[in-house]
Amino acid sequence: MSALDNNAKEIAGDAGSDGGATSSPEINTKEQDKGPAGPVILFFIVGLFASLILGWIIFPKLLYSKKKQPIDFNHVMHMAEVEDGCESCHFFREDGTYSGVPKLDQCIDCHEEIQGDSPDEIKFVEEYVSKGREVPWLVYSRQPDCVFFSHVAHVKVAGMDCVTCHGHIGESESLKIYEENRITGYSRDIWGKSIGGFKKNTWDRMKMDDCAECHRKMTANIERTGVKTPTKRLIDHLVDVVSPGTSMSEKGSSVQTERGACFVCHK
Amino acid sequence: MKIDRRSFLSFLLGGAAGTALSPLPWKLTDDSSIWTQMWPWTPVPEDGEASYVNSSCTLCPGGCGITVRKIDDRAVKIEGMKRHPVNNGGLCSLGLSGLQLLYGPTRVKTPLKRVGKRGRGRWEKISWKDAVSEVAKTLGDLREKGQSHTVGFISGSDRGTVPRLFERFLTVYGSPNLIRTPSIIDSYELALHLMQGAQALPGFDFENANFILSFGSGIVDGWGSPVRMFRANSAWRDTGGKVIQIEPRLSNTAAKSDKWIPINPGTEAALALGIAHIIIKESLYDAEFINNYSEGFEDWKAFVLGEYGPDSVATITGIDSTTIIALARSFARASKPLAICGRGQGTTPGSLNECTAVHALNALVGNINKKGGVFAVAEPDYINWPEVEMDATAAAGMQKNRLDGAGSKKYPFSRYLLNRLPQAINSGKKYPLKALFVAGANPLYTMSDSKAVKKAFDKVPFIVSFSSYMDETAQNADLILPNHNYLERYEDIPTPAGMPQPVIGLSRPVVEPQFNTKHVGDVIILLAKAMGGTLSDAFAWDSYDACLKETMGYKWQVIIEKGFWSYPDFVAGPREESFDTVSGKFEFAPKETGSLKPFKPVKIEGDKTNYPLLLMPYDSIRLANGAMGDPPFVMKSVDDTVLKGTDVFIEINPKTAGEHGLREGQLAMLSTPVGQAKVKVHLFDGIMPGLVALPRGLGHTAYDEYLAGKGINVNELIGPVEDPVSGLDAAWGVRAKLAKA
Ligand code: SF4
Repeated sequence: MSALDNNAKEIAGDAGSDGGATSSPEINTKEQDKGPAGPVILFFIVGLFASLILGWIIFPKLLYSKKKQPIDFNHVMHMAEVEDGCESCHFFREDGTYSGVPKLDQCIDCHEEIQGDSPDEIKFVEEYVSKGREVPWLVYSRQPDCVFFSHVAHVKVAGMDCVTCHGHIGESESLKIYEENRITGYSRDIWGKSIGGFKKNTWDRMKMDDCAECHRKMTANIERTGVKTPTKRLIDHLVDVVSPGTSMSEKGSSVQTERGACFVCHK
Repeated sequence: MKIDRRSFLSFLLGGAAGTALSPLPWKLTDDSSIWTQMWPWTPVPEDGEASYVNSSCTLCPGGCGITVRKIDDRAVKIEGMKRHPVNNGGLCSLGLSGLQLLYGPTRVKTPLKRVGKRGRGRWEKISWKDAVSEVAKTLGDLREKGQSHTVGFISGSDRGTVPRLFERFLTVYGSPNLIRTPSIIDSYELALHLMQGAQALPGFDFENANFILSFGSGIVDGWGSPVRMFRANSAWRDTGGKVIQIEPRLSNTAAKSDKWIPINPGTEAALALGIAHIIIKESLYDAEFINNYSEGFEDWKAFVLGEYGPDSVATITGIDSTTIIALARSFARASKPLAICGRGQGTTPGSLNECTAVHALNALVGNINKKGGVFAVAEPDYINWPEVEMDATAAAGMQKNRLDGAGSKKYPFSRYLLNRLPQAINSGKKYPLKALFVAGANPLYTMSDSKAVKKAFDKVPFIVSFSSYMDETAQNADLILPNHNYLERYEDIPTPAGMPQPVIGLSRPVVEPQFNTKHVGDVIILLAKAMGGTLSDAFAWDSYDACLKETMGYKWQVIIEKGFWSYPDFVAGPREESFDTVSGKFEFAPKETGSLKPFKPVKIEGDKTNYPLLLMPYDSIRLANGAMGDPPFVMKSVDDTVLKGTDVFIEINPKTAGEHGLREGQLAMLSTPVGQAKVKVHLFDGIMPGLVALPRGLGHTAYDEYLAGKGINVNELIGPVEDPVSGLDAAWGVRAKLAKA
């Protein structure tokens, strides 16, 4: 208690000038017959700041545990070796599904033998490649199971860049520490580094609000220009096939239901 | 400083305000909502590469082609195979739920040897090597003592390479006792043999027929190849085909038919002959066929005309004579009529008389080996293994009469009579059964008069089950040598039930074996090798897969690519060559069948005074009642007028219920001469007064918690009745009484 107290007092001292200046006369008059108001305000401020510190600084430290990836990976070096950019390893399968994090199969062509002498490379080949064990990568962008997300719709149909959501991970030379949310088991990158949920770049967060933000912007664009995005066109087309002649205006944005339903994105 | 109450409250207030201004509550709310969706027991679909494997379903004799969707190494969905000659993309609910059998808790995961008393469920794991040598030793000892014929083998099928390996093994070993599980196919095979001289399966060209006269066959209840039948039935709706359903109870098939004709149970043969009477009397038959390709028509005609006038048939069947006359006329005048029999799913063979009478109707309209008619489909002859060499012991063993009496003087034409086995063992008149193998069958559940069956099994000192699942028979075995599940193994599936052309389906491994199981074909080969001598000579293959590949020869590549081998150019031979009887013609009244003797109803068990009611089992597509039990998904689909909790409902006409003072939902005690059980009453207008019905497929004691202990096994209440000509089980029901419990 005492350490926290001192802390709080210090902060209270700092903040006292603006907070106290406006409110103290009023409180003073009100509280006159009941005793001094000073300590009361002080306690309020102590409580206020203690909880602010708890919420903004201590809580995130407690919430996330730090984990190292099983082995390190250098994106820059690999990007120099491949021709197709990200899609060389994070590719789309023939049926349009997205392969996600590469499996050993894709690495094995080059990494059958140890390449170079980095300890991570040696560990990779000895522990995983030669034993035929998949590397248990910790995936920064893994969404909860209930989220339905189609990469192909965004990348192939809408022509979006990987960077828009994933940032410049392709330019990294090593993998950052994986911070795991102790409650949900997911990466900190979903909520974003900022515990307050603030972001500067589109790739700073991956929550539903962030999806919605972009979708809202795109819809607004369409409405303004009358231009159809590929998604919109696809929906129109499907609706046309399923029930020809029905007007689009009553249809929602879901391909499956033709309505703007929750389960377009939530399984 | 003094901390009073106000200061403290103020502190709390500040804390609350600060907390509200910090991300903590909002973030915690968000995280806990995600957490609540992430319970570890919530199934999460696999993520990975999707692929498809073509195979065949073997959960029933339907032989549907399936396409299994996989995500990486896990099978996630079974779909019907498109363009497969049997099911063309369709699938039944059992086939759909097959993954629950693959990954479910009822699998036997390793060879098991019984410890403690039989049936107590106490097992020890043993290695495959020990298991095989234990069996080899037991078999070797019996053989040395000249008792090779005391070994029996119950198999779910006798066609395809796996059952043929069983047969080969028993032959070289020296036992005639390979027994196939019974069904309506037995009666049809016999009818085809006696009337057409064919050793063949019945094939029905439903796709080209347009007037189906069904003597109780559950066209949409799982008769024949179930999915093919659903498809044919829907096609008739579109093309104007008619289905006339004749049975005492309003089954799903009857409800969906164009006309349902309730009939006194067990009198179908008389009705068939009554219809023949009208067709002959009014000269509506196919004279060209009768004159050129049939034999014995005159005798039969005289018999039918003499005995089966509409009025006497009306008395027997309870159907009025005008209906019979109208029925005969519309059948004979239809452009593509087809008559079929086999009650429900064709689970029991029924009386031979009935089958020959129904088959004769098809002959009357010239419907044999003809588009839209009945075909005698010979088994595709791709299994050409080198002749076996039998030593003296084997030859002596094979000379012995079969324990079930098939092929004996009494029943010379029947091939398998499983229904007679319990009696043969229990009476001990012939010889004892010293060892019994069971594959692809669950006789302790599916055979009627369960008590007698259990008693017989108790007398067999050594029982080996090859079941992939802990079913009733496996539970009561001494050794379980678990076969791979059907999605983990290769197997050829020749011509599914009722197909008019030969087809060979291929079951193939969709996933790696999940447990320490072995292909039953491999076990037989290993066993033969372990026993040495002529046995190992007869099984020179390295493995079952090698044997299958070699057997299929040039067909292998095609069957692997397409998933099945069909004979698209198959045409039934010309009529002149169709019949291999002594006369070379279709026999209307083969002497052996006694079919010129007046109709005598099958004498079902029980007397009328003590048991005033008739109990009939019925089949439903939602209740698997063969070697397989319902997986949980299918169990979910069972109506709560069939099963509620663990209580099964007995269907009874409200009138009969009134006479017995029974109300809907009331508990009642059902007794038959064979057994008794507690049931719940369900009033049903669709059942004839005096008749009560129970579903097959319930009352399992094995399998998982979703199936075991629910309802009762109707086989505990019914005993077999031997058909006087074939020896097959002709029972369609049993007499019963119902009293308030
Ligand atoms: S009908 Fe039989 S073979 Fe076809 S899917 Fe159903 S269980 Fe399998």
